[in-house]
Amino acid sequence: MTAPAIKGSFKVSEDWRPRAILLMLMIAMATLMISGWILHEGVFASDTPQIKTTNPRASFWRTVREGQAGVTTVQGRERTVLIQSGGENWRRVRNLFLARISPWLLGGVFFVILFFFFVHGPDKLKDAPSGETLNRWSLPHRLLHWYTALLFILMALTGLSMLFGRAVLIPVLGHHGFSGYLGMAIKIHNYGGPFFVAGLLIEILAWFKPNIPEKIDFDWFKSLGGMIGKGPRPHAGRINGGSKAWFWFTVLAGLIVGTTGLLMDFPEFGLSRGMFQVVHIIHAVIAVIFMTGSLGHIYLGSIGAEGTFESMWSGKVSAQWAEQHNDLWYAESMKAKPAQSEPAG
Amino acid sequence: MARMKFLCDVERCIECNGCVTACNSEHDVPWGINRRRVVTFNDGEAGEKSISVACMHCTDAPCAAVCPVDCFYTTDDGIVLHDKDLCIGCGYCFYACPFGAPQYPQESAFGMRGKMDKCTFCAGGPPQDNSQAEFEQYGRNRIAEGKLPLCAEMCATKALLAGDGELISGIYRERVMKRDSRPDTWGWQKAYNFKS
Repeated sequence: MTAPAIKGSFKVSEDWRPRAILLMLMIAMATLMISGWILHEGVFASDTPQIKTTNPRASFWRTVREGQAGVTTVQGRERTVLIQSGGENWRRVRNLFLARISPWLLGGVFFVILFFFFVHGPDKLKDAPSGETLNRWSLPHRLLHWYTALLFILMALTGLSMLFGRAVLIPVLGHHGFSGYLGMAIKIHNYGGPFFVAGLLIEILAWFKPNIPEKIDFDWFKSLGGMIGKGPRPHAGRINGGSKAWFWFTVLAGLIVGTTGLLMDFPEFGLSRGMFQVVHIIHAVIAVIFMTGSLGHIYLGSIGAEGTFESMWSGKVSAQWAEQHNDLWYAESMKAKPAQSEPAG
Repeated sequence: MARMKFLCDVERCIECNGCVTACNSEHDVPWGINRRRVVTFNDGEAGEKSISVACMHCTDAPCAAVCPVDCFYTTDDGIVLHDKDLCIGCGYCFYACPFGAPQYPQESAFGMRGKMDKCTFCAGGPPQDNSQAEFEQYGRNRIAEGKLPLCAEMCATKALLAGDGELISGIYRERVMKRDSRPDTWGWQKAYNFKS
């Protein structure tokens, strides 16, 4: 049936009647449009008061909805603002974006590391420790590290409880049990925050100098410090490229999280609702990235690389560990060893 | 079942603050907290408008959505209430609420705010209806006594309406028809996703 239909339509198009009807329709439409314009300009426009097609107070309510402040006798924080719409954006970003993506980010990286551990295995020492040790971190440095680390873990756990506790812990502890826990957690978070920032600032002062990147640190990343691939281990000084990267990551993330945290912690800084919403999202997003990064640091500092934990726990490392991970520092230390047993810093 | 709502008739509110006073005295709210407030726009100019606002008892309440301890609940009448025994004073509801309803007895260093307080639509809270414990934490429970919120009952110009949404919007619609004005169901779109 299709072929004859096409044939037929060709025949009809040669007919003059449809074209005439189309032309008449076009003329009619054009007349209508022109007459509408003539009617509007000639008849309605001559009546001076314009017909109001919008609500006269529409713009008034629009400004109110945009959060414009009025006057009120009631005293208190932002009492003059009748309506603020930012809160709902904040709710959506927090509940729909942040709370949905961060478990995948944290969990994903956790499982990637776990997978790496089971498939690749930890970074073992090539030679068994001979018993000879080098002093790497003196007691004040270790105390500083563990002080900040402990506060970091407390901040992370209490902070995550604020975001996920409702979904994860209420089913376990019940409403009252969880409220009791979170009431304490938020106090630990709010009072502990400034102490974490203090630890971070001292760390920056104590460690920024040996962490200034050099050219060999960039080469370190080509084989992740010899952890992957077969080639020879890259050279590294006292602090290798990976550790330096973690240090500067900590500085950057820590300062952002610390600053935003302090802003929220002290109402004296006068953070408005709108600012709180922005600052809170920055705080939470960077904190989740910070925690994700810390998983790598915790892995390499514990089960990921043999002998590394000792350096921050007892302060001493085996000569074999030093030679494998920080060969230039090792060579330097061995040279200086007869003269001075404990390197500065 | 009724769906309780507030409606403030902008053409009638004269900024007398009677609703604020009625609320404060009925519930014996702590000094410094005002569950209701009147905001005036274009104050002292032609076209000055005043609106009395408190918790609007939203259908999809942002406070309840962001509360980390899940202390909010909605009654069968559509009233949004919260449990002060669960509240940890984190401030999230204040940051999420479009109407600025949540209030805190204090605001001091290290984010200490105390238990949040807000309008209960005169419906108290979780403790036994009209018990001393309920009164001390949440104020009078007029709903349990079969009465409506006192702010609206005391309103001299009957600008503030409180009650079943259908009933009060019916009263309001009649007024709008009579005075040939346009409806300003202020806040209803935000609170109840209502389009007039």
